This record gives sequence, structure tokens and C-alpha cells, in this order.
Amino acid sequence: MTYSYIAGAHTYQFADLKTVMAKATPARSGDFLAGVAAETYAERMAARMCLAQVPLKRFLEELMIPYETDEVTRLIIDTHDKQAFTEISHLTVGDFRDWLLSDIADTATLKRVAKGITPEMAAAVSKLMRNQDLILVAKKCTVITTFRNTIGLPGHISVRLQPNHPTDDTRGIAASMLDGLLYGAGDAVIGINPATDSLPALMELYYLIDDVINQYNIPTQSCILTHVTNQIQLIERGAPVDLVFQSIAGSEKANKSFGIDIALLKEAQSAALSLNRGTVKNELGESNVMYFETGQGSALSANANFGVDQQTCEARAYAVARHLSPLLTNTVVGFIGPEYLYDGKQIIRAGLEDHFCGKLLGVPLGCDVCYTNHAEADQDDMDTLMTLLATAGLTFIMGIPGADDIMLNYQTTSFHDALYLRKVLGLRAAPEFERWLKAMNIMDAHGQVQPISHVHHMLQNMPKHLLNAA
Amino acid sequence: MTVKQDNITNIDAFNIDPWQQLKSFTRARIAIGRVGSSLPTSEVLDFGLAHAMARDAVHLALDVSALEADIKTQQFTTIQAKSMAPDRASYLLRPDWGRRLHEQSLMRLQNVSQTKPIDFLIVIGDGLSSLAVSRHVVPLLAEMRNHLPSDWHTGPVVIASQARVAIGDEIGQALNAKMVAMLIGERPGLSSPDSLGIYLTYQPKLGLSDADRNCISNVRPEGLQYDAAAKKLMWLAKESMRLKVSGVALKDESDMPEIAQQTSLE
Repeated sequence: MTYSYIAGAHTYQFADLKTVMAKATPARSGDFLAGVAAETYAERMAARMCLAQVPLKRFLEELMIPYETDEVTRLIIDTHDKQAFTEISHLTVGDFRDWLLSDIADTATLKRVAKGITPEMAAAVSKLMRNQDLILVAKKCTVITTFRNTIGLPGHISVRLQPNHPTDDTRGIAASMLDGLLYGAGDAVIGINPATDSLPALMELYYLIDDVINQYNIPTQSCILTHVTNQIQLIERGAPVDLVFQSIAGSEKANKSFGIDIALLKEAQSAALSLNRGTVKNELGESNVMYFETGQGSALSANANFGVDQQTCEARAYAVARHLSPLLTNTVVGFIGPEYLYDGKQIIRAGLEDHFCGKLLGVPLGCDVCYTNHAEADQDDMDTLMTLLATAGLTFIMGIPGADDIMLNYQTTSFHDALYLRKVLGLRAAPEFERWLKAMNIMDAHGQVQPISHVHHMLQNMPKHLLNAA
Repeated sequence: MTVKQDNITNIDAFNIDPWQQLKSFTRARIAIGRVGSSLPTSEVLDFGLAHAMARDAVHLALDVSALEADIKTQQFTTIQAKSMAPDRASYLLRPDWGRRLHEQSLMRLQNVSQTKPIDFLIVIGDGLSSLAVSRHVVPLLAEMRNHLPSDWHTGPVVIASQARVAIGDEIGQALNAKMVAMLIGERPGLSSPDSLGIYLTYQPKLGLSDADRNCISNVRPEGLQYDAAAKKLMWLAKESMRLKVSGVALKDESDMPEIAQQTSLE
């Protein structure tokens, strides 16, 4: 199959499907860095015109990363649900956009076809969609997961409490944790990015969060964001592990650069499930025990993108996630730096694309709405993106004291930001967690945070790591 | 909605969080209070100032001649080099250019006449914060002098502009150095616009990866102190010279507990 589009006197030719995809992608620095981006505005539109005519079936025939050498491609093809696909198999990419926006594609329909959609199909159609399209369709997709509470119900947004400290000081972490809880944050997960790789030190962090969860009887879950092999070892040593974390990417080679493959993730999932620590069961009678992080540009930075644009690589990571039924998947959208997403405009677009693709594929997507200090972005851009994503039904955002992560040196969203979204858009915390917030007098009957007095139960009975401070 | 006059002027509208004492345990922005559920004006302005300083640190050009003059007071000679990135904008967009020497710089370095081979080459790169370099390099060099074995030949200190970490490999190779220590401005954080990073590589050459280097980060008075950083670096350098490796194969067993304790007091 050849790909071309005639615009006036000029015929635009594209060598293959991945070239059409890359050149159809809204402009971003990472695709220029990779040398796959459109060279002119007109070429970009010609590629989109061409892409609109490609049948969805074509994505099952022309594989962008070879089946023989890439286990992510094999996963996508081997688990493709042909039954689910029949409903949309006659469509081109352009038709698919129209179908998704139509009222035929309601929540139940989108759920039914999700396993018939490959990441490449989702990425392709996103390239023809405007930001409002990405928001509208994502909002129709519902992905509900459970562990000690229920995440992803319509009208809800959850928060990952991220109490990081540059030297893993347990009192510093406990202080940030308490701060977040008293601001109503932490229903998605309480998750620490540790500075250390040492297993005994990591064990201590697991007990730090677990003690706080038990002390206040909080319906939430913990996670330590260290390498998956460390977490498996710690499970074997008896650590109280709720969720298993891992960064994942969209090609076998990129995953190898993270020191993982799909079999290792499966092993970790089994280990976490064997602990049976989740109390709320999903429709399959299980809890969701995995927490993944992703981000556009990770494949290229591992030199493992194979000429595929960074957004399509990212969508392929969601196939890996989907296979492991995570509680949460987090696109850390602006962390990677301006060589991949240059400014606020590119970060905002990427966040909306990632959320759309994830939800369409049936993955519980949250977003670390963030930027680094060498990107052309600021907190106003974060306000815009978080408001758009929350409107689109985002599963969760990050909650960090004052949006300033003093361990990872980047800016993200704060506990205050989550309260803003809940107030402006009428969104609520996970129901089990909301009941706890009300029981603890952190939230009033109307769902607003209350002033906390110095005699509040949690200040009178501080976590043991903070007792000396009281 | 009707807003009563006393609600607007009521100082209770600003909720002060009654867990102020926990601030002593972390520099995280905890207990910052709220107006309604939003950030108080003072916090919005504080954050804005910190971001402005971090942004300025990224874009502030390194004053190379001033740095050269200061380094010479430490009895080092200097030589300048440039990466393939012609300016800051392309430096930010093309990390691959920041990792390679400009052709003229490469030739200049290759033509440096050497009386004896360099054991320990020091390269200074602006990186993402020239502020880190202009503030911390000279006092760090002074501390390093105290720990440098007297029989090690250091050669000229190379000052590289629009540089990323890996440019140290090509510079080290051009000068035939046994080992290179790259002192470079780290990506500025909101509360740390001037963190200096140190990367040590044994037998530097093109094509090495991060796994081949040892890293010491957050060097600044509020983080890892100069003397502790210098001691750690020179411990690693001596071990590297003895074992003929660097990176993941060289485990840092210098004085970790002591250093961890110091940085936790920041």
C-alpha cells in the first residue's frame, strides 16, 4: 500500500504507515529530535488527509515495529479482540473519529469495543482530533478499578499523595503525608519516589506509610516507586506492599532499558495479588494491584522508537498497562523536558492525547500535570491542563505540598489544585475515602474541606515518626 | 450568591494550618494555609519568585572569562571549549549537540602540547545552571586540591559552554586523560537554582553511557558541602584509578552515612 495525498500541483508521498502517523502528529520537539516530524505545515495536513483515508484494518496488517522482534507488538496483535473489533472494522481513521464523537458511541459501546482497538488505532484517530474532541470522547469512557477504595467513578477525581523528601527523611515524609491528608488528598495512592535503592531503607518506607494507613484506618493504598525487582524482593521479605510500581514504555527495547519485560511485570502482579491486601474487589473478583508510569519521549530517549512518533510509542505503553489490569496509570507528561515537549502548548496537547488514548483502550489514566524549569511552561499552563483533563474525566492527579517536588526537582499539582478542581467542576473523592474524610472532620457534609483546629484528632495523635514534634 | 461584607474582611477567610511546627522536618511547602481552598497570595508570590530564579538560572550565560580568572587563582591553567549547540535555544532542543564538541574546539584540544599524560582531567560545563558553576566551582576546586594525590597530573581545566555531561567523554578522549571529572550545573529545582553535579568517568571516550559514570549531585552549601563533595569525589577517583573502572562497577563506600546526615539538615 502506498500513501500519498495530492494538494493542488503537489503530491505528498509517504513511505509507510508509521511515516504517515509521524508526519500527521501535531508539532512537538521530540518528533523533530527523532527526525520523523513533518517538514512543513502543509505536509502535516497532507499526512492527516492521507491518514483519514486509512482503514482501521490496515493497522493489523502493517505493523510499525516488527512482530518478530518486539514483544509489545506481539502482545498487541495476539490479544486483539476480533469480536470487539467487528463493530468498527469497516471504518477508516477519519470515519472512526466521526463514530467516536457520535451519540452511537456511548459509554457502554466504548467499553464493548475497547479491546478491539489497538494503541496504533487510538493514536491515529487522536491525530485527527482537536482538543475538545479528545476531551469529549475521553469523558464518555469509564474505567473503574479497586483496591481499598473505588477509583474512576464518573464525577470523581482522585489524588496521588506524593510526600517525597530528597534524603527519604522519615519525619519529612510523614510531615508531607499528614499535610496532604488534612487537605483531603491521597485516595488514589500514597506513593513515595525514594532517593534510596537500599532494600532495608525501602522496607522502612513501606512500614512508614502502612503504619499511617493503619493508625487512621484510611481506605487507601501505598506504593514505593522503586524498581520492580526491588519490590518483588521486598514482598518475599514480608514487606506490606499494596501496589507494585513500574515505569513502562511502548517497545520491547525501551522496556529492556528499564530492566523489565512483560513476564517480569506478570511475576510482580502475581506476587502482589498473593498478598491479598486489597479489600474492595472489581467485577472480576480481584483487586487491581499495579501502578504504572509512562510519558511521551521515553522510547526515543532509550533509542528504541524505531521511527515511530513519540505519541504512538506512548499509546503502545498503554497496551502493556492494559494487559496487567492496573489500579492506576500515570502519564508524567512534562517531566522529560523541552527536547520532547517544548512548551505549555505541547505539554497540554500531549496530556490530552495520552488521557484520551488510555481511556479509549480501557486504562485508568491519571496525569502528572507537570513541567521542569528548562521548559517554556509555568503554573498557568498547569492550571489549563488540569482543568481540561478534569473536565475530560481524568482518573487522578498528583498532590504535592505547594506543587513543588523537592526530591525530583520539578513542578506538578498541589493539594490546593485538587480542591480547586473538585470545587469548580463538582468532582468528588473516591466514595470510601470521602466517607473517611467526613468521619475525620476534614470534609464537611457538603464536600468542602473544613478548617482544622489544633485539637484535631490527627494532630493530637500524630504518626509515630512525628510524635517528637508535637 | 450573596457575599456578606463581614465575610470579605474577615481574617478567618485565611486559614492558617495549625501544624506549622512540622515545617522544621522538611523544605516541602507544607502548612502554607489556604483562602477558601486556594493558595494565599503570599504563597503564589513566593512560588513565582522561586520559579523566576530557576528560569533565570537556565538562561543566564556563564561568564567564562571571570571564571577563568578565578580558577587561575587556584593554580590551575584553563582552556575553553564549545559544544555543537550554537545557542541556548538549540542547546535545550538538541541534547545530542550539547554532548559533542564543536569541530574547532576538538582540534584545539587535540593540539594541546602535553609534557606528561593527564591522570585526572577537570572539565567544567555550564549545563542547565551557570549559577551553580559560578558560585560553587572555585570553592570546590580549592577543597579538591587538598585531596588530590601529589603525583597526579591534572592538565588544564577545560571550561565547556552549552555543555551536557557526555561532552566530558569527548574532551577527555581528545586530551588522552585517564579519568575525567565533569563539574556541571544541574537542572534547577524550584528551591535549588544552583545545584552542581559531578560526574566521574574512567577512560573517557565517545559512546559511553550514564552507567559508566559515578555521580555526586546537589553540591551547594544548602546540600552537599564542598569539603564533603571533594572528599567523596577524590575517594571515588582513587578507587577508580586503582580498580580501572567507573560507573556501576565502582560502588561508593566512602562516607555515605556521614553525608546523608549532613544533607538531611538542609
